[in-house]
Amino acid sequence: MNEAGLLADARREQAMLAGLATPAFLILGVLLFIPVGWLFFLSVVGPDGYTFENYRRMVVEPAYLSVFRTTFELSLLVTVLAVLLGYPLSYMLVKLPPRTAAICLTLVLVPFWTALLVRTYAWLVLLQRHGVVNTLLARWGLIETPLALVYNFTGTVIGMLHVMIPFLVLPLYANMRAIDRDYVRAAASLGASPTAAFWRVYLPLTMPGLTAGTVMVFVICLGFYVAPQFLGGGRVTTISMKIQQNVATYFDWGAASSLGVVLFVITITLLWGISRLARSHRLTGLGP
Amino acid sequence: MTGDHVPARARLWLFALGFLVIAFLVLPVLIVIPISFSDSSLLEFPPRVWSLRWYRVLFGSLEWRDAAWMSVKVAVLTTLVATPIGTAAAYGIHVGGFRLAGVLRLLVLAPLLVPVILTAIGLFYLYALLGLNNTLTGLVLAHTMLALPFVVLSVAAGLRGYDMAQERVARSLGASWPRAFRSITLPQIKLSVLSGALLAFISSFDEVIVAFFISGGEMATLPRKMFSALRDQIEPTIAAISTILVALSIAIVAMIAVIRPPAERD
Repeated sequence: MNEAGLLADARREQAMLAGLATPAFLILGVLLFIPVGWLFFLSVVGPDGYTFENYRRMVVEPAYLSVFRTTFELSLLVTVLAVLLGYPLSYMLVKLPPRTAAICLTLVLVPFWTALLVRTYAWLVLLQRHGVVNTLLARWGLIETPLALVYNFTGTVIGMLHVMIPFLVLPLYANMRAIDRDYVRAAASLGASPTAAFWRVYLPLTMPGLTAGTVMVFVICLGFYVAPQFLGGGRVTTISMKIQQNVATYFDWGAASSLGVVLFVITITLLWGISRLARSHRLTGLGP
Repeated sequence: MTGDHVPARARLWLFALGFLVIAFLVLPVLIVIPISFSDSSLLEFPPRVWSLRWYRVLFGSLEWRDAAWMSVKVAVLTTLVATPIGTAAAYGIHVGGFRLAGVLRLLVLAPLLVPVILTAIGLFYLYALLGLNNTLTGLVLAHTMLALPFVVLSVAAGLRGYDMAQERVARSLGASWPRAFRSITLPQIKLSVLSGALLAFISSFDEVIVAFFISGGEMATLPRKMFSALRDQIEPTIAAISTILVALSIAIVAMIAVIRPPAERD
């Protein structure tokens, strides 16, 4: 076989491999890229040609500003709480004997695999006025009047936190497991107290997993729809809910699309930032 | 073993907090079980009288049965379509070594990166033009698109841990390409393909936001129907469905634990 023949062969193989990937990209193109691209287009056209009216409205109308503020406050609070609760949980998992850790990790994963609506329903059952939590607290004499735990901001935060903790724990736990214990031992042998060794050696080593998990949690929070819809009781409106209202109630595709575009751009920017950061971690040898 | 010890008192606090968080994650999911076996239409805990009343209501309702059947159909078809297409794409990108492989890998992840609500209204708009709203085909296509990243990611991970030289050897010895793939490569990446298929199934079975827009009435999936039911009232029928779904998710976690190759376990 001559060189030209080999080259032709290689080209045929490449073409076949490209052919194998084609159906997937056809589906993505027709069902995702075209419709979302169309929404981008809808967000900048009005009755008389191109317009930025939809975007201008977001900056000036108080209703829109409050939707953005609610979404960011909610996401920030849930992310902070997820870190405060998820970090100790991950740390405990690496400290446990392997078998117990595996069982605990499975327990962390059970809610992860449970349908979102089931979990939302469970929180309604638990948190409502005459729900399980209020009943038990009253029976134990801890409260006299039921607490308003749901159909408000509090209930939304609790429901979202429950969804998000596993998303933080999984990357963080993977990071912690890859850390060589010798680092912390070295710090101790050099005279660092356990507290100092934790804050100055262990915590920085877990930063890649922690940052990745934190950004992921925050990004997912920004897009939340189901939990605020049911647990917020109409008092909490997120960007996603506003988009749904714009389409279903007002048939205002331009307004809905522009909100979607902004949400998309924020999401992509944050994820891009974190992937850049991950790369620099790897370059400096800090990454797992 | 000295040196990286957490001091005993700190350890106690750590474990107490850790187990509290695990309880926070697990107990709410389990609470639906006793509620579903209650005889009362109030959501009382613990139930005063136990009964199968809500399961009888559930199984007696044509609407709930239809929705459950619809969900199973959509999820099975989605798995059957997304698994081969996703596997082929992962293989093509991995082996092809295209110049744009990095871009392709990113584009495959797009369904995870685009906010679901944007995807949902985009599909709703497209389907309105194509007449695909409230059809089985429309749902399966949409869920296939959403499931592709899970299959591709899973299979790509499997291929990274596989030595492609084995397939080339088989081919140089005269096996056709499809045969070499089927008898040499596929058996070694089958666990990755299987977990990709499982993820595709679950992602479809649990999907609610896209289904909320593009399915309804007789074509409603189970999550879609639960979505409407939760808006109206929160009676224990939903607890009965939830209990069944929780049992299902526990079965899935157990299955994943079995599927995962021993090397990945502790």
